[in-house]
Amino acid sequence: MESETNNEAKRLLCCFKSETGEVAGDMMDLPLNCSTQQLTLICNAILQQEEPVPYLFYVNDTEITHTLEKALNVANLNTEGIVDIIYQQQAVFKVRPVTRCTSSMPGHAEAVISVSFSPDGKHLASGSGDTTVRFWDVTTQTPSYTCKAHNNWVLCIAWSPDSTKLASACKDGKINIWDPFTGKQIGKTMIGHKQWITSLSWEPYHKNPDCRLLASSSKDCDVRIWDTTLCTTVLTIAGHTKGVTVVKWGGSGLIYTASQDRTVKVWRANDGVLCRTLEGHAHWVNTLALSTDYILRIGAFDPIKDSNKDTLMPDKKKSQEFALKRFYEVTEALGERLVSGSDDFTLFLWNPEKDKKPIARLTGHQQLVNDVKFSPDGRILASSSFDKSIRLWEAKTGKFICTLRGHVQAVYMVAFSADSRLMVSGSADSTLKLWNLKTKKLEIDLPGHADEVYAVDWSTDGLRVGSGGKDKVLRLWQN
Amino acid sequence: MPQNEYIERHRKLYGRRLDYEERKRKREAREPHKRAQVARNLRGIKAKIFNKERRNEKIQMKKKIKAHEEKKVKKTTENVAEGALPVYLLDRDVQSRAKVLSNMIKQKRKEKAGKWDVPIPKVRAQADSEVLRVVKSGKTKRKAWKRMVTKVTFVGEGFTRKPPKFERFIRPMALRFKKAHVTHPELKATFCLPIIGVKKNPSSPMFTSLGVITKGTVIEVNISELGLVTQAGKVVWGKYAQVTNNPENDGCINAVLLV
Repeated sequence: MESETNNEAKRLLCCFKSETGEVAGDMMDLPLNCSTQQLTLICNAILQQEEPVPYLFYVNDTEITHTLEKALNVANLNTEGIVDIIYQQQAVFKVRPVTRCTSSMPGHAEAVISVSFSPDGKHLASGSGDTTVRFWDVTTQTPSYTCKAHNNWVLCIAWSPDSTKLASACKDGKINIWDPFTGKQIGKTMIGHKQWITSLSWEPYHKNPDCRLLASSSKDCDVRIWDTTLCTTVLTIAGHTKGVTVVKWGGSGLIYTASQDRTVKVWRANDGVLCRTLEGHAHWVNTLALSTDYILRIGAFDPIKDSNKDTLMPDKKKSQEFALKRFYEVTEALGERLVSGSDDFTLFLWNPEKDKKPIARLTGHQQLVNDVKFSPDGRILASSSFDKSIRLWEAKTGKFICTLRGHVQAVYMVAFSADSRLMVSGSADSTLKLWNLKTKKLEIDLPGHADEVYAVDWSTDGLRVGSGGKDKVLRLWQN
Repeated sequence: MPQNEYIERHRKLYGRRLDYEERKRKREAREPHKRAQVARNLRGIKAKIFNKERRNEKIQMKKKIKAHEEKKVKKTTENVAEGALPVYLLDRDVQSRAKVLSNMIKQKRKEKAGKWDVPIPKVRAQADSEVLRVVKSGKTKRKAWKRMVTKVTFVGEGFTRKPPKFERFIRPMALRFKKAHVTHPELKATFCLPIIGVKKNPSSPMFTSLGVITKGTVIEVNISELGLVTQAGKVVWGKYAQVTNNPENDGCINAVLLV
């Protein structure tokens, strides 16, 4: 054996496995100097992909960057055993990093508090402290409509998953629904909350393609579910003892709420019955993220496939099935994961459908955690904190990956690109920063804002980034 | 002197006169007529005083009526508070911070010209004799080449005094300052900040190099703890400020930030 391997390449018994541990194909004899390109070709052949799909390969949790040999510790390797190569499918498309500010759009008379692209990527809306909601034309980068109905700061906005409605909520606790095509209000103002509204969340598209129900959480400790066509409260969910900070409507018929009373609660969406109380945090829970956030947000759209065409199928039933199928594809492996970030500087990873015990406690931040997001492929978690850093975690186990430093003041918000390869963060130091998640380094610094950046959003098709802040202008960034 | 409140007691026991209300109403109705009579007949200073009082009375009356009217009308619009904050900052106390207003390019240009728009444009020139005291030296105190600075000075961190033979200027320890009270004109807040250096003393370039701080001197202060950032997202740490008081008299340095 020794003599013949001296000149020839060493060979190894390998076996391809998916992330969830399913074995793909038979085990095979691979040379040690097998490169990632070759591995990709083999993997594509085994999985019988029609088009070549990029993959990442891992051996014993270390990524294979050049050849198989470099990732393995060859010295104490058992050549008799089988090496498991874990493959991770990457997005087929690539989002190009945004590099410049293509337009700064003035119009708001006060700080821009919320910015959001529609699920189909064709509209952009912003809510501001001057009590207006504005719609912007993304292609010409000009303002299209100004909507006035609120009497106080517009704190949060949320697009319905079919992109035909926008809900906005103000500090007085009132909610309005807007039509993005005409800029007119739909229905009446929904009044019910006694204090300001902290977040809005629509019912997932695959549950109801009409996009009728909307959940809102408020500082007055309640969560309300609204019928947006009748403009009435369907359900009031009370149970938290302090202000509710976030509400998330999960894809499996559950509603998740985080509150300043240190708990995360899980409710059944149909009748508002409390299913579980997730306890563990020692201080206010500030933020929640679902591994399915991206898939629920885009509903039945396929913004990646063809961003120029209207991808929404006219048949609602078909599109609902499409959305449901995609939801199952994402959740079949691990289910719907939940992560919560808190004022006690930690994050908790939960499996809220089954268990009230956390999967992992993610520690490391030195200041409160303000925002946490799952990457669209659900593999990476990013948490932004007031300690000026962003931390990346493995979404599956909660293992710490790395810290991204660069901001000189508190990081308020992060947003992932649709292909999960890039991330943009907005901070109090008036800059946006673009991070490359492959190299885990700063890609580009995006200065331009004159003051703190409060809101950042990456459009679902990955073409643009919108940001707004204290300097009252909305900025669009493109590559 | 009346003993006890006998009138009140009587009223409690027997009640008021039966025509009390009627008489009161009539008296009140006659009051304006009486007043007019007085007003018509008053002359001189008394009339002046009376009219002034009457005018004030009327103003108060009108104000009261207006207030009552306002109370009746329900307020429909309340002014929206300024300084909108996103949801995640609503429950936290955020101190208001002004970012650097003038940009860096402007500041660079000013620096080159050596001119600033300063809050105190003209200051009294300090004469050499005022700032420097002659110190006699030598065994018989015949030599007079040494000078002692009699004003507040800023001396850098790593400064060591020269040997006495070569030390022409003595800057006394008691008059050395490290910190200044700097006011941010936008924020209207004052911070105690470390001094980095003396940029310009308008009296003489020699005082600038000596680090003499008098009224009107432009000093550079370390403002990193204010949390100001440039447009490019870098922390600003050095910024100029002009001294507004006479530090040698007051025992402290007050300055205004130049933005």
